[in-house]
Amino acid sequence: MMSTTTTDNNAVREHAVRKELFVDGYEVVIGIEIHCQLNTESKIFSSAPTDFGHEPNSQASIVDLGLPGVLPVLNAGVVDRALKFGIGVNAELGLFNTFDRKNYFYPDLPKGYQITQMANPIVGEGYIDVVVNEGDKNEYPKRMGITRAHLEEDAGKSVHDAVDGMTGVDLNRAGTPLIEIVSEPDMRSAHEALAYIKAIHQLVTWLGISDAIMAEGSFRCDCNVSVRRPGDELGTRTELKNLNSFRFIERAINREIERQIDILEDGGKVVQATMLYDPERDETRTMRTKEDANDYRYFPDPDLLPVRIEQHTVDAIKAAMPELPVARRARFEEALGLSEYDARILTGSRQIADYFEAVVAEVGQSDAKMAGNWVMGDLLGALNKDDTDIVDSPISAKQLAGMLKRIKDDTLSGKLAKKVFSALYEREGGNDDDAADKIIKEKGLKQETDTGAIKAMVEEVIAKNEAMVEEYRGGKEKAFNGLVGQVMKASRGSANPQQVNQILRELLG
Amino acid sequence: MSELHLLSTQQLITGLQDKQFSSLELTEHYIKRIDALDNKINSFITHTSETARAQAKAADEMRAQGDQRPLLGVPMAHKDIFCTQGVLTTCGSKMLHNFVSPYDATIVSNIDKAGMISLGKLNMDEFAMGSDNSSSYYGTVQNPWNLERVPGGSSGGSAAAVAAGFVPVATGSDTGGSIRQPASFCGLTGIKPTYGRVSRFGMIAYASSLDQAGSMGRSAKDCAYLLQPMIGHDPRDATSIKYDMPDYVQDINDAEAAAGDKPFAGLRIGVAKEYFSAGLDAEIETTVRAALKKYEELGATIVEVNITDPEITLATYYMLAPAEASSNLSRFDGVRFGYRCENPTDLLDLYTRSRSEGFGPEVQRRILTGTYALSAGYFDAYYTKAQKIRRLIVKDFDEAFASCDVIASPTAPTAAYKLTDNLDPATMYLGDVYTIAVNLAGLPALSQPVGLTSEGLPVGLQLIGQHWQESQLLTTAHLFQQHTDHHLQHSTIAKETV
Repeated sequence: MMSTTTTDNNAVREHAVRKELFVDGYEVVIGIEIHCQLNTESKIFSSAPTDFGHEPNSQASIVDLGLPGVLPVLNAGVVDRALKFGIGVNAELGLFNTFDRKNYFYPDLPKGYQITQMANPIVGEGYIDVVVNEGDKNEYPKRMGITRAHLEEDAGKSVHDAVDGMTGVDLNRAGTPLIEIVSEPDMRSAHEALAYIKAIHQLVTWLGISDAIMAEGSFRCDCNVSVRRPGDELGTRTELKNLNSFRFIERAINREIERQIDILEDGGKVVQATMLYDPERDETRTMRTKEDANDYRYFPDPDLLPVRIEQHTVDAIKAAMPELPVARRARFEEALGLSEYDARILTGSRQIADYFEAVVAEVGQSDAKMAGNWVMGDLLGALNKDDTDIVDSPISAKQLAGMLKRIKDDTLSGKLAKKVFSALYEREGGNDDDAADKIIKEKGLKQETDTGAIKAMVEEVIAKNEAMVEEYRGGKEKAFNGLVGQVMKASRGSANPQQVNQILRELLG
Repeated sequence: MSELHLLSTQQLITGLQDKQFSSLELTEHYIKRIDALDNKINSFITHTSETARAQAKAADEMRAQGDQRPLLGVPMAHKDIFCTQGVLTTCGSKMLHNFVSPYDATIVSNIDKAGMISLGKLNMDEFAMGSDNSSSYYGTVQNPWNLERVPGGSSGGSAAAVAAGFVPVATGSDTGGSIRQPASFCGLTGIKPTYGRVSRFGMIAYASSLDQAGSMGRSAKDCAYLLQPMIGHDPRDATSIKYDMPDYVQDINDAEAAAGDKPFAGLRIGVAKEYFSAGLDAEIETTVRAALKKYEELGATIVEVNITDPEITLATYYMLAPAEASSNLSRFDGVRFGYRCENPTDLLDLYTRSRSEGFGPEVQRRILTGTYALSAGYFDAYYTKAQKIRRLIVKDFDEAFASCDVIASPTAPTAAYKLTDNLDPATMYLGDVYTIAVNLAGLPALSQPVGLTSEGLPVGLQLIGQHWQESQLLTTAHLFQQHTDHHLQHSTIAKETV
């Protein structure tokens, strides 16, 4: 088994190929490039805003438009974010990193070159531990190598439907900061690729460095796929471009694997090419082959000075790093006694984990399990149904904790608590932390624990339900539950069920 | 009033302060001269006479209300490489023949804030590539000293306009000698400051790591006046450096006050045999050596230094500058601004024809050279090697400056030649042989007039300083000018009255 603490590269590689997977006797090799937008307010080299979804060319400054004479100035916010990512994937950091120009002509590339990092990237070699087939009985852990991650500017977009017969250019996206994350070719199946992409997606959102919304293009994946007979040299790879949903990634890779194997089985050769996936026909298609590939004429950008990062800057970022998902899950299991399943759900996102921990902070660690059940079951269920994110939850963590406290001190029964929860969710208790108490008071949802009062109710039920009493006495345990139900009904749910049970048994002898 | 254009900037400032003339009168004087005489030399691409008159009027009112800015109401003009809001900025090219910039270059707004009045945009080699202004889409400029001669390049329009008495001072830009060589050809003082001293924001890029804006005038002090508002850190230019802010005019005045009859006592002037090599015109050498003799007479010590072989430097420059240019000029693609070919059939046709039709031969030559140098398979052999040599050039200068304070050399190997001499590109590149090492090393350097050839053409002496030492260069040239009159000689056009 692989130790999870070593950073030794050979060990990582060994770990990476541990699981042997073959398709029709072929081994699949996948490497992935992820373009992830960093969530700075302004662009990487200009002060224009990065907001999504505005009128074409309304978010582009003269710098983004590439007008004659303009110069780029690096936004320091992207450096911090990239360093956070580097630390998150246990990588060597490029404390001296530089920007290069990648030269090519395209209408949405205003300067005729893209500013990127080629020679000295800000993030060097690292890795991320993932769980493949997570939640499935076939799940297994695997360490995926990361070759590098570098900063670059995004290009604009060509717009084909705005003007009839013409192509327009929208440069709102031009200059949006990206971090391009390049993996080692460690993935051996579409499932492994998906697990890696999901892990990176979770990490960047967890770190708060990217919104990573695939539908808006702020998290885009290119997959390099090749197949080979085990033990052979690497096969010719093709690159699947711009896969923008988890579902399509898996399907596209599998279609491409099938396509390549078919070619090889027919005695043909795979041609190096850029492929597009057509989800409607569920097939991959060649976009361009190597012959029309560009010579990008990379060279250091003379307009930007090298970035030198001081160790104390790194130390400060490290100190401020949030606990990462893997570590947090382990802590939830060990310190809070949660099951692996619960811990995984509750670390599904940093917001969920933060919410859960805020509740635990109020109710105490010994009630973490109860807190977890309410967060996972009732709250996430309701939010899911309404398609709402936990940060927009109508119930605050303090409000939920306030309710849980009332369960603990027997003010609420489980049934009453569900009523209080629904009222809280409908915001009937207002914004205050003690909203649950208000609801309990206003709706009279307090559990009845006065023995005398319960006894009176029990006596009344016994008197009114002679038949049931007879049945119980005749040995029918079910009838007892019927009587409990009658008492609960009479109390409109407010009677403490344990007390009802106890008194009923006493009185029925 | 007929000789207003022969006054120094200092005299213009005094005249405005003492109300001997108003800014409007001064501006009208220059406009009248430009209107009457520029047809002979073609130094302006764009005139902004109307706004200049309005600005001059406003300047007079501000001065009357007590505005103390020294340069308030003093006319000047910009090389057409600097973006000017609302005004045509062509960079001497067909590619930008219709480009009206929506913003001001940092130096343009700085000079504007100092209260100066821009009379227009000055002719230049296309995208600053050239040594004699023959590559301008707007035609060559004639040298005001001799209309058959070139003014030098690429700031040929700036040099000619100042030498003709159309403006007292003008901005220029210098990538491999483009301020100093035309200053030398037109009998002016011109300074290229330390790389990073002046913002490049809004200066249309030729070779980003070499380009630097500077000033041109008839004397060192004139240059100092215009350079002052140009310098300073600009947050919009990452290569602009935060450094001390000298007061050049004050430094000159202080040095003048302190100077005795041996003003250069203690000054060590480095002279390199590499800068007096084959290809140097004999008459230039004689004139430059005479000037050095004068420096010695005034107290300076001449020491011998070694610097990198200029031939190697030249090769390095003509590898790096085109490489950067090939990338910098990619944005001129016919898509968003500037020239677009007619009826493109598809995208590739739009690119190729816009660029083929929009760029002149010299620019195309350098783009292709640079594209080749950066190509996969050639990058290490050319670009990487040139960068290594560049570091050696810097090192050689560092070592030379261990034994001297400034380095002196001819500015150019010849005086202004005739356009009809029809130099081939390689020979023309040799004209930069003494100036380009300075750009590769990012050093400040100045050219000052030190005499005339037998044909009456100006000869320039180059002074190279250590990083950030513009003040020393300006002061050194100024004190020399206090004891000589080469800078007071006037060109044929300047002598004409209208």
